[in-house]
Amino acid sequence: MKKKRRFALYGKHGMLLIFSVVILLPLVYTVCNSFMATSEINHYYAGINAQGGTTAFHLIPDQFSLDSYYQVFISRPDYLMKFWVSLFLTSAIVVGQLVISVLAGYALAKFAIPFRNFFMFAIIALMMMPYQVTLVSNYIVLEKIGLLNTYWALVLPGIFSPFGVFLMRQILSTMPDSILEAAKLDGANQIQLILKIVVPSCKSGIVSLVILSFVDYWNMVEQPLIYLDDPSSYPLSVFLAHFNSSNLGLSFTCGVLAMIPVLLLFWLFENDLTKGIAFSSLK
Amino acid sequence: MTGRKREAMSGLMFAAPFLFGFAAFFVVPFLISVVFTFTKNANGLKFAGLDNYIDLFGSSAFQTAAYNTFRFILIGVPLIMVLSTLLALLLHKRFLGSSFYRSVFLYPLVVPVAATVMVFQLVFAESGVINTIYAWFGLPIENWLASDRAFYVLMILYLWKNCGYNIVLIMAGLNSIPYAFHEAAQVEGASRWQILRHITIPLLAPSFFFVFVVSIINSFKCFREAFLLGGFIPHKSIYMLQHFMNNNFTNLNYQRLSTAAFLVFIVIFALVFVLFWMRRKAGDIQL
Repeated sequence: MKKKRRFALYGKHGMLLIFSVVILLPLVYTVCNSFMATSEINHYYAGINAQGGTTAFHLIPDQFSLDSYYQVFISRPDYLMKFWVSLFLTSAIVVGQLVISVLAGYALAKFAIPFRNFFMFAIIALMMMPYQVTLVSNYIVLEKIGLLNTYWALVLPGIFSPFGVFLMRQILSTMPDSILEAAKLDGANQIQLILKIVVPSCKSGIVSLVILSFVDYWNMVEQPLIYLDDPSSYPLSVFLAHFNSSNLGLSFTCGVLAMIPVLLLFWLFENDLTKGIAFSSLK
Repeated sequence: MTGRKREAMSGLMFAAPFLFGFAAFFVVPFLISVVFTFTKNANGLKFAGLDNYIDLFGSSAFQTAAYNTFRFILIGVPLIMVLSTLLALLLHKRFLGSSFYRSVFLYPLVVPVAATVMVFQLVFAESGVINTIYAWFGLPIENWLASDRAFYVLMILYLWKNCGYNIVLIMAGLNSIPYAFHEAAQVEGASRWQILRHITIPLLAPSFFFVFVVSIINSFKCFREAFLLGGFIPHKSIYMLQHFMNNNFTNLNYQRLSTAAFLVFIVIFALVFVLFWMRRKAGDIQL
């Protein structure tokens, strides 16, 4: 009996360890390869697109080199520029979405708004829609209001995306009404209610919304390609999306650059993220 | 004004900015799309009846795309639900290292897609890692990204990326099951399997509902990975509805694109409707 249990324990750890290695591989691989000199990258990956060539699985650099970091950070500032464009766009979307979602989520969770069920239904249905469904018509609308080829074309649709409202509503409906009633009796007005009670009580939800929507828009590829004409205004994600074997080394380094803000957010708020995700499924 | 009405008014005020933007960037564009599906573009827009629909159903590209998309969802969603339930059951009880594993499973969520796809390409390329390993063992070399196998590569990417989120959702469901149920069943002499089958799984139903919805959303989002893996025209086995729509956008065939989009909407709408109806029938819904 005891032997059997120990065997099960080893099996469990073995399986989880294998999964962990598979999961962490792309991350570790990118980081390791970013420390290789361009010549080393070219040497090892020369065959990647060639017929009959070979690509070794090359994890540990032969020679540690900051070559590509030097290029990305100092000698070719356009990559760093793309990074800042990404950061600016993503932050604008996340902050806007947060304000809109908390307000609307609060309204949908705690007020007897007419057509509330209808709104929730529309939000869920449109939330599940693939992005391409409204591609053309969004293009037309943005063109009509003159926002095409400006960053507004990326920011505004992002701010009003229904996922945030859905998440906030889910979390706020778990908040007991009695807290709000008590504060109302003490003479708090709606603004005070939101700032002093609603926001603090759904902190984990807010954190998850921030992280999830940050990751989503940090990775945006299709929207800039379609709504912006000028390639020099594209964010980092679009550059990364084009796997080009000519400067693979820079791609790895830019991949690391792109991971930094997201990993920082993740490390800082991991517990809140887990709690927030967990909350989102409650009815 | 009565108190109730006033409350509804202030509620509407809070929701107003969202409802306005949601209308402008989601609902109105969507309605324009719907109108598009009934028109044709010959010297301005003309009413075309169901021509676009007939044309669409006859298109072999559309048939391939629809087939692949549904195949992907039909295989991927049950697979990810089973896999993440198993992992959640493994990770549910605390043990040495359990919190490490839990956070590891969330990493794919935050690693940039492009970085991942780059590594996947290195691994599955014609002359990539897997084929190198195959060669060691003297196995024939496969063309992973340019054959039917591309479908499975994409499936692995989907599972790899979205498992963590589902695990957290299911673990939250597991945590909400009172331990007393488990104990009572044990006292009655129920086996582990019986407890799982008759207590844990049924009580997880609300979590499964949400995991199901999220998994479908994420399976559509997987297009970005498909696009990065295979470009505008990938191998036939991963040519999805989104490729079809994207390519019709580049060809300026808006009618065709909108018609396909509207059909996707109808299918999703029906699905959400049925799910909600089921939940309402189960009696635990307040939406």
